[in-house]
Amino acid sequence: MASLSRLGVVAGFLAVAVLCLPLADLATAGHDPWATLARMGRGFLSPDFSAIEQIARAVALTVAFAVAGVALGGIAGLAMAPFYRWRMVRGLAIALRSVHELFWALLLLQVFGISIWSGVLAIALPYSGIFAKVLSEILDEADRRPADWLGPRADPLTRFLWARLPLAVPQMVTYALYRVECGLRSSAVLGFIGLPTLGFQLDTFFRQGEYGAAGAVMAIYIALIATVRLWMRPRAVLLWLVASAVMLAQVTSPPMGQGALWRFLSQDIIPAPLRRGDPAALWPWLWDLTTTAILPGLAATLIVAQLALVLAGAVAFLGQALIARRVTGRVGAAAGHLLLVILRSFPEYMLAYLFLQVWGPSMLPAILALGLHNGAIIAHLLGCQADGLRLRADAPRGLTLWGWEIVPRLFGPFVALCLYRWEIIIRESAIMGILGIATLGFYLDDAIGELRLDRAIVILAATALVTVGIDALSRAIRARIGAGRVQVAPAGTAPGQATGC
Amino acid sequence: MPPSSRSPAIWICWSNLLQLLDGADLGYGGAPVLSGVRLHVAPGERVALLGRSGSGKSTLLAALHRAALARGLRVALVPQDTALVPQLSALRNVLMGRLDDHGAWRNLRTLIRPAAPDRAAALADLARVGLTPEADRAVEGLSGGQAQRVALARAIHRGGDLILGDEPLSAVDPRQAEALAALIRGAFPTAILALHDVAIARAFATRVIGLRQGAFLFDLPVAELDAARIEALYG
Repeated sequence: MASLSRLGVVAGFLAVAVLCLPLADLATAGHDPWATLARMGRGFLSPDFSAIEQIARAVALTVAFAVAGVALGGIAGLAMAPFYRWRMVRGLAIALRSVHELFWALLLLQVFGISIWSGVLAIALPYSGIFAKVLSEILDEADRRPADWLGPRADPLTRFLWARLPLAVPQMVTYALYRVECGLRSSAVLGFIGLPTLGFQLDTFFRQGEYGAAGAVMAIYIALIATVRLWMRPRAVLLWLVASAVMLAQVTSPPMGQGALWRFLSQDIIPAPLRRGDPAALWPWLWDLTTTAILPGLAATLIVAQLALVLAGAVAFLGQALIARRVTGRVGAAAGHLLLVILRSFPEYMLAYLFLQVWGPSMLPAILALGLHNGAIIAHLLGCQADGLRLRADAPRGLTLWGWEIVPRLFGPFVALCLYRWEIIIRESAIMGILGIATLGFYLDDAIGELRLDRAIVILAATALVTVGIDALSRAIRARIGAGRVQVAPAGTAPGQATGC
Repeated sequence: MPPSSRSPAIWICWSNLLQLLDGADLGYGGAPVLSGVRLHVAPGERVALLGRSGSGKSTLLAALHRAALARGLRVALVPQDTALVPQLSALRNVLMGRLDDHGAWRNLRTLIRPAAPDRAAALADLARVGLTPEADRAVEGLSGGQAQRVALARAIHRGGDLILGDEPLSAVDPRQAEALAALIRGAFPTAILALHDVAIARAFATRVIGLRQGAFLFDLPVAELDAARIEALYG
């Protein structure tokens, strides 16, 4: 296998980004960003908590959807994990997780309407695929000796429950709690497409121009994410599950017609030519779909993702120094942490939504949101490693330390983490389409809006394929730069946690 | 003692002489750690394997384990690293000794809540190694010596024709080691233990085998083990 130099890989990605730049739509015409920014700033600085009852209900539902979705996804993932080596199970898990929560939600809304099942399953389905992969990795890494001791006559279930699972449970619990954090972000974002969570409140207040109330929602959201480790404890899990179930049970939703699921499966998603009994028209139908939706959407998705990846890399490259105490000092590091926490807490989608209010619809808000959020995640992981580096006693400080010690030592993890996030950035770029940016999600949302679900399914499959393809490409590049040997996560991180939500 | 699954044909073989290894080369992957090993063990023999670390004791024990299983013998194993499940209680680790006697559902029930007779039997075996107070504590909270005693209790709970132990007494103090060696002697008709302590080997074994650099240096009745041989083994 030919090996690639890490610098060469970075140069390649930069060159592709430069080529993408003239193709990207970055216009901000017709918008006065400063006036909007000033209004938003005033709102955030003087949050208006008068709508607290409404907001409190949205917070409770955000937590409830997250807990229920993660629990259901976790159980399904745990059921798949022991069989992850089987091609069918692995394929199912890959398919489930290659479709983003928001896309799942758009589809589920067609089947269940605005009901709690749309929200819970939108989180549970993709998370079950992620859980299956990570939990199987945790199981693989657990000590095999107790299971070997049991000898060849013990049956597989006994071997698993007595000698495999107990060894993996502590790490699995750590990972599941971490996943709740991700679930809170997903759950909040589901509000933007109509479920009664924080995103819905935020969207409502922005539409009404109530920036103070929107500021209150943001403040509460940051507090919720920042304190999740304090209130989401292993001992309290059962309590949270019951509370979530009770909370969700009180949500009333408009009833869907009988047999909505069956109609969805047996009619809506069958390509129109086949439904009409005209299989000959299938090729022209597919060709039209490919040239008018999939290819343009794909091009925009790749352009947004490429520019966002380079921006994320730049943010991470500089940001890793920001939170290293030996570079910026105690106060500087604390300020850096605060900045990165804020950028990390906000899901890409929510950031993009905010930027869209400021700059209007173009690729710019999406690129900025994806770049800042992902850059902050990578910078955080690198900064933690930088603080853990063992440096000689007379090592320099400040910028010299950053340039001479931290950058060269962490360059391998830096490139590896950027490549890990690449796939996630592609997934999120596609999602940005729902906000009106012409990536794949735009065409998907459009098809669903026109109730042409057969087209939506094909676009969705194309999106999933692209995600899987980029994942494979990223893995091949990582293998060629020897990224398997570099440590990408600070010590003590559970597997799967290294690459973020 | 729980029933074992030997067939009559093997019983005959076993009742005469257990020919466990016959001219086998043992090792991992490439070069053999032990070559041309012949080992016959008569029922009722207690064999002590002596030698420095790296002399091939663990390799020999692993091969003996495979050979004994292939002959359908019921073997109780005490691995050097104990191979306990740290997150489970001492009691449940002891109960693991008999899991392959039962079906999956019965074992699942035992995992959730052991039936009274099972619990009593496991407690009795824990009492024999002096761990009654620790029965319901997770093994990860026990000391190295206590964990080793749990591993021994698990082997005793399992019972069988043969116990194979790799330094099963290395982490307990010498007085306890003597008592535990006596316990093993009483619980198993036949034993093959790798031991690091020559005094314990003398008190426990009927036969001693000295290993040095992957070869048998001696194979004698314990009475013939003298200072010169020990000097040759460890010197």
